[in-house]
Amino acid sequence: MAAPTTALGLLRFITCGSVDDGKSSLLGRLLYDAGMLPDDQLAALARDSRRQHGAGSDVLDFALLTDGLDAERQQGITIDVAYRYFHTARRSFIVADCPGHEQYTRNMATGASNAELAVVLVDARKGVLAQTRRHTYICALLGIRQVVLAVNKMDLVDCDQAIFEAIAAEYRGLAHGLGIGEVQCLPVVALSGDNVGSRSPRMPWYTGASLLELLESTDVTPFRASDFRMPVQWVNRPEQTFRGYAGTVCGGRVACGDEIVVQPGGQHGRVARIVSADGDLPHAADGQAVTLCLDREIDVSRGDVIADARRPAPVADQFACHLLWVGDAALLPNRTYWLKLGTRTVNARVMSIKYKVDVDSQAKLAARQLALNEVGYCTLGLDDEVAFEAYADNRTLGGFILIDRLSNATVACGMLDFALGRSANVHWQHVDIDKGVRAASKGQQPLCLWFTGLSGAGKSTIANLVERRLHALGCHTYLLDGDNIRHGINKDLGFTPEDRVENIRRIAEVAHLMVDAGLIVLVSAISPYRSERQSARELFAAAEFMEVFVDAPLEECERRDPKGLYRKARAGTIRNFTGIDAPYERPVAPDIHLLSTGQHAEQLAEQVVARVLAGIDGHAHG
Amino acid sequence: MTVAFAQSQTHLDELEAESIHIFREVLAGFQRPVMLYSIGKDSSVLLHLLRKAFYPARPPMPLLHVDTTWKFREMIAFRDRVAAAGDVQVLVHINQEGVHQGISPLTHGATVHTDVMKTQALKQALDQYGFDAAIGGARRDEEKSRAKERIFSFRNAQHRWDPRNQRPEFWHTFNTYIRKGESVRVFPLSNWTEMDVWLYIQREGIDVVPLYFAKPRPVVERDGALIMVDDERFVLREGESVQMREVRFRTLGCYPLTGAVESSADTLAKVIEEMALSRSSERQGRVIDQDPAASMERKKQEGYF
Repeated sequence: MAAPTTALGLLRFITCGSVDDGKSSLLGRLLYDAGMLPDDQLAALARDSRRQHGAGSDVLDFALLTDGLDAERQQGITIDVAYRYFHTARRSFIVADCPGHEQYTRNMATGASNAELAVVLVDARKGVLAQTRRHTYICALLGIRQVVLAVNKMDLVDCDQAIFEAIAAEYRGLAHGLGIGEVQCLPVVALSGDNVGSRSPRMPWYTGASLLELLESTDVTPFRASDFRMPVQWVNRPEQTFRGYAGTVCGGRVACGDEIVVQPGGQHGRVARIVSADGDLPHAADGQAVTLCLDREIDVSRGDVIADARRPAPVADQFACHLLWVGDAALLPNRTYWLKLGTRTVNARVMSIKYKVDVDSQAKLAARQLALNEVGYCTLGLDDEVAFEAYADNRTLGGFILIDRLSNATVACGMLDFALGRSANVHWQHVDIDKGVRAASKGQQPLCLWFTGLSGAGKSTIANLVERRLHALGCHTYLLDGDNIRHGINKDLGFTPEDRVENIRRIAEVAHLMVDAGLIVLVSAISPYRSERQSARELFAAAEFMEVFVDAPLEECERRDPKGLYRKARAGTIRNFTGIDAPYERPVAPDIHLLSTGQHAEQLAEQVVARVLAGIDGHAHG
Repeated sequence: MTVAFAQSQTHLDELEAESIHIFREVLAGFQRPVMLYSIGKDSSVLLHLLRKAFYPARPPMPLLHVDTTWKFREMIAFRDRVAAAGDVQVLVHINQEGVHQGISPLTHGATVHTDVMKTQALKQALDQYGFDAAIGGARRDEEKSRAKERIFSFRNAQHRWDPRNQRPEFWHTFNTYIRKGESVRVFPLSNWTEMDVWLYIQREGIDVVPLYFAKPRPVVERDGALIMVDDERFVLREGESVQMREVRFRTLGCYPLTGAVESSADTLAKVIEEMALSRSSERQGRVIDQDPAASMERKKQEGYF
């Protein structure tokens, strides 16, 4: 276990390959040949191997070294990434052993996101499979530019050079087509270690390096010098006189005295000090975690990017990007998710899926959703501008995750490609007559009353009564009824989940314009998803939005069935009907909760009116 | 003989920077973070990194030591010195219920003792203080199920880890969103090896508990391990005798559960050299790891670190 003795630096690589190609065995063998398996681990391995393969077996099953979870051992598969650490006299390695099964693609991508090189295994008897193509595609997608193709189980094809060459040629074509620049191919027998730790006497026709030698000598210096960038993690203010911006440099280098720009805000300054616990530094480079002090007081906070003033990062709020969807529930375009890029978190939505990629064949297909482990090429809209880089140039400022706002699950990883032109070309037009002026001329507080509930719960009836009552009181109102809107602006939408999301998004935007016009707007729409009702609420100031939950049991709505829709849904003549074969997510904390069973619509409407008037009065007197 | 070491500085620098980045993300992403402090070498490195990450500010989070009441006396003395340094708050939690029940590794065995005095105690402390992020010194190279764990490892409201359904984790862009009652365990040393830890201790001049260095100590040979007799609570079994032997520890825990190794390595340089030539793994002396193969995974699911 001698420590490494050179400064080639750390190599982070992954191993991937189809199920049963012997990936875990190869890795175990690599550790064994590098002399990294301590005696007690070897003893445990021999014990486990006998348990797995029968008491008489004296074969070391190296796969058991890396499959550490109960379920993995029971099923004999790799579920999640296992990280292993080893070094030779020449170099240190971190290897992520990635699962091959399609359902664990997200775990493979987890491993690939921090790797510089991939070792892809294929079985000499099977050659390049759909899974090989998928793994290679994911590697390319996550930015891995160097691949070592290990053609395993050569002993089972009589160490035939022609078979090896054919597989290597086919694979090279695949990899180059995906933009992977460097491919090295070698024939191995993982179980016996041929060409793993040392050259194989069984395959004298192979004159290249062994796998270990290849890994030791691979140069992974980034192919392009980048400009200085540092996302701010934390503002360090231990006392009045010190103000430092802590972060990890993610590109280029910075020196004391350099002029910087804070993005996206655009304020300029100079670096006064580069602080570290080991004393001030003259400069800091890519990968260093430092604290920068500037020569002037400017407003910098977490999420900002400090960049080279001469070559700042581009700033935008609309992008084209690749998305790998890793959420259990499908991606719905136009739903709002949190996007985290570097240290910045903003609201974002996928505006359109240009196409999805069949990861096995790389064919481009039309898509309205993305399901778990699917890859799509999408346009993305953010609530705020962000400083970014193309993923090909900078993983930190080009790679982002999407987080579901209700479950907090990480649902996607994305790779930014470029900013959309319209991003820079659409500006907010300043107008002199604003909401306040318009509201004052009407003598009212603008408001959006959002009625949600099952079909037949009584939303439209109650909203209609509320509007009549407010109108009689001299208020300027407008009623947006979900059914009516579907005849016009939303004529193109159906009732699939993604269309429902877009339906509500448009209604909310229209309501927002009307509130801006100074009106009291009543929206009556089933609006079945919590997430979209939340997005609607966020368009408005806190006092301008009230969620009214018209709550009636499904049985009651079905009994009423004013439009005969429940009957049709039960008969199967209409699909995606809320409450029957489409979900309704009840509000958790509505502003007004109306229990409509056994109540007269007039009484319920009065409750709403009273709340509206109380709000207006409260505002007028408060 | 001597072994040449020149582990590339850039390698240690890279690991250090990664760990500092992780510390800062925890502080920025959570309401009430805490650093778990077990007094061992990994904790010593973790504390050093904690100070570095927020320099010149004082560490903006407390340390929590879960005291099983069976730690080596030298460990407790070391902990109290750290607390006396004054730049960081050290909280100590003992599972009093376990103390009342008289739970002891000598009478109840390693599994029960560890569960009650470590796992349950930790959960009590996290709930009591309302910590939503607990930073620990676990490394992926220590044990097979740890090799599978994320850096930010999600725990549900019952502190359970679901190894079959971990959050994906891309680049160093960590998802720090959780609901009330849920928490994460965070492992800044995930990518460090035992060797990295020692080389870093040497490079940075970090103070560690003297038990890591060889010295004549009173030990008993039991179940193939050398157990140090650290206080009068240790009961000899028939046929056992206490001998003075020159030993040191590769890993530190509760004294009746932690085997020593015979060694003459009484300096840092010698410890590193001995480790480089060693043919056994670090946790070999841990009685708790001698359970069936996947026990660590089960313990972790139940909330063990």
